[in-house]
Amino acid sequence: MFPELNNLLGTTPDGTEQGKLTLLCDAKTDGSFLVHHFLSFYLKANCKVCFVALVQSFSHYNIVAQKLGVSLTAAREQGQLVFLEGLKSSVDIFFHAQEEPHPLQFLREASAGNLQSLYQFVRDSLKPVDSGETPWKFPVLLVDNLSVLLSLGLEAVAVLDFMQYCRATVCCELKGNVVALVHDNRDAEDKENGILLNGLSHQSHLVLRAEGLATGFCKDVHGQLRILWRRLQPTARRDQSLTYQYKIQDKNVSFFAKGMSPAIL
Amino acid sequence: MLDSLLAVGGLVLLRDSVECEGRSLLKALIKKSALRGEQIHVLGCEVSEEEFREGFGPDINSRVVYHDLFKDPLNWSKSGEAVPEGPLGTLRTLCRRTDPGPVTIALDSVSWLLFHLPCITLCKTLHALSQPSVSSGADSLVDQVRVLGLLHEELHGPGPMGALSTLAQTEVTVSGKMGQTSASILYRRPQQRATYQTWWFSILPDLSVDLREKLPLHSELHPDPHTTQVDPTTDLTFNLHLSKKEREARDSLTLPFQFSSEKQQALLRRGPGQTTSHIFYEPDAFDDVDQEDPDDDLDI
Repeated sequence: MFPELNNLLGTTPDGTEQGKLTLLCDAKTDGSFLVHHFLSFYLKANCKVCFVALVQSFSHYNIVAQKLGVSLTAAREQGQLVFLEGLKSSVDIFFHAQEEPHPLQFLREASAGNLQSLYQFVRDSLKPVDSGETPWKFPVLLVDNLSVLLSLGLEAVAVLDFMQYCRATVCCELKGNVVALVHDNRDAEDKENGILLNGLSHQSHLVLRAEGLATGFCKDVHGQLRILWRRLQPTARRDQSLTYQYKIQDKNVSFFAKGMSPAIL
Repeated sequence: MLDSLLAVGGLVLLRDSVECEGRSLLKALIKKSALRGEQIHVLGCEVSEEEFREGFGPDINSRVVYHDLFKDPLNWSKSGEAVPEGPLGTLRTLCRRTDPGPVTIALDSVSWLLFHLPCITLCKTLHALSQPSVSSGADSLVDQVRVLGLLHEELHGPGPMGALSTLAQTEVTVSGKMGQTSASILYRRPQQRATYQTWWFSILPDLSVDLREKLPLHSELHPDPHTTQVDPTTDLTFNLHLSKKEREARDSLTLPFQFSSEKQQALLRRGPGQTTSHIFYEPDAFDDVDQEDPDDDLDI
């Protein structure tokens, strides 16, 4: 987790809000550093994490997490982390008996499918065991990323339905959090991605948007992060939006106000 | 503003966007209807019942019937909590309701229904829903039915948006700028001209509406002819005025680079005792001395 990002968001591992949906999106840059931040943040906060990782392998996330002070292997062995490795699992599906449900069952269906089996996997991973005693604080679902599901042939409505079920179970029933990454291509032709992004934005309490600089690549400033707190209830605090620029280093990401990069001061 | 929105029956579309959410206004309208004594049916698809009822007092909550399509709309849980007939069935049941008295139906949201039902079916059902029902009493009163629909603008193309617009008697577009929220309302009454109104407002935590200002209708806008003249030289720490002597001195000053006739005479006139000056020119071997005037052929 990046301490500076925690300061900007006003959260610590010991005190976070529960029952919230956080939407991460990136445009013209790679926003995966936000995924690594939230993964290590919630593991350090002693939460049970279900990580649906469709983009990279387990060892990739493990290497980055070790730089941030968390061991994914240890967390998985202790039962704190449930890791669905999409790259490996999607190949396994062909050697899987057809009758048994597989989380990525939709890959097998010829017509536009739904994510019911993935939702069942998430539900079974995060629901508390029958004894009721759990050493973990609250459950967290992390998805990296949802745009891949659109590329695999699902429709935006199917992904939105999956997210609604996850919200109903994880946020409302189990009082946990959901964090999901969606790419923003800003492509007028990709209507499905636009529907997914806007549809999820309407449900989110917090939107973190990593954008590349409008002027192009820069050695000292890797991009711009826009933080938007959405006011979903009249009782909640007002809408607030902040913008910072950032630079990704080996073990840390430093944030600074626009135009105040240490390299030019 | 709320009274004018609730005055007539039919479909009221609340259009919101990511920047400015419209659910608070929907809840404020529901509260106003409930305080008038109406029965409210809410078709909740996007938020949980708990979250939706937040902010309503117990007297209002007792008048709100929540049909839950959020927890398990597609029957994935198989735990018996799902609504068996699905969203379309629930809508049709609402059409056939037999409770007496005026009723308000809130759809949260129409966008969700558009994603899960064909547009034509939804439009037909909405039309049937917003027809006034005839109560079966001896008076055979026609009961007002009001349908409040929340619609997220960015999610739909122009086709479905246009179809829903034609169905609606009132369209409210909510937008926000710098912490202020505005509602642009389009009223479509049968056999009357369409009218616009714009209001600036904010919704308080107890779901009452704090109206700031009503902007004039488009036809009433006049530019303000009386602009007060402000003298910029008042309250300055330095003096911008000229006294008479200073003005005269300024007017008599000749500028250094301005060529006036006096300057010309001063330059051209040779002072007494000044010898004339000659230029002696010794041409080099390379110089091409041409006695002809190269400008001779110019006709100036």
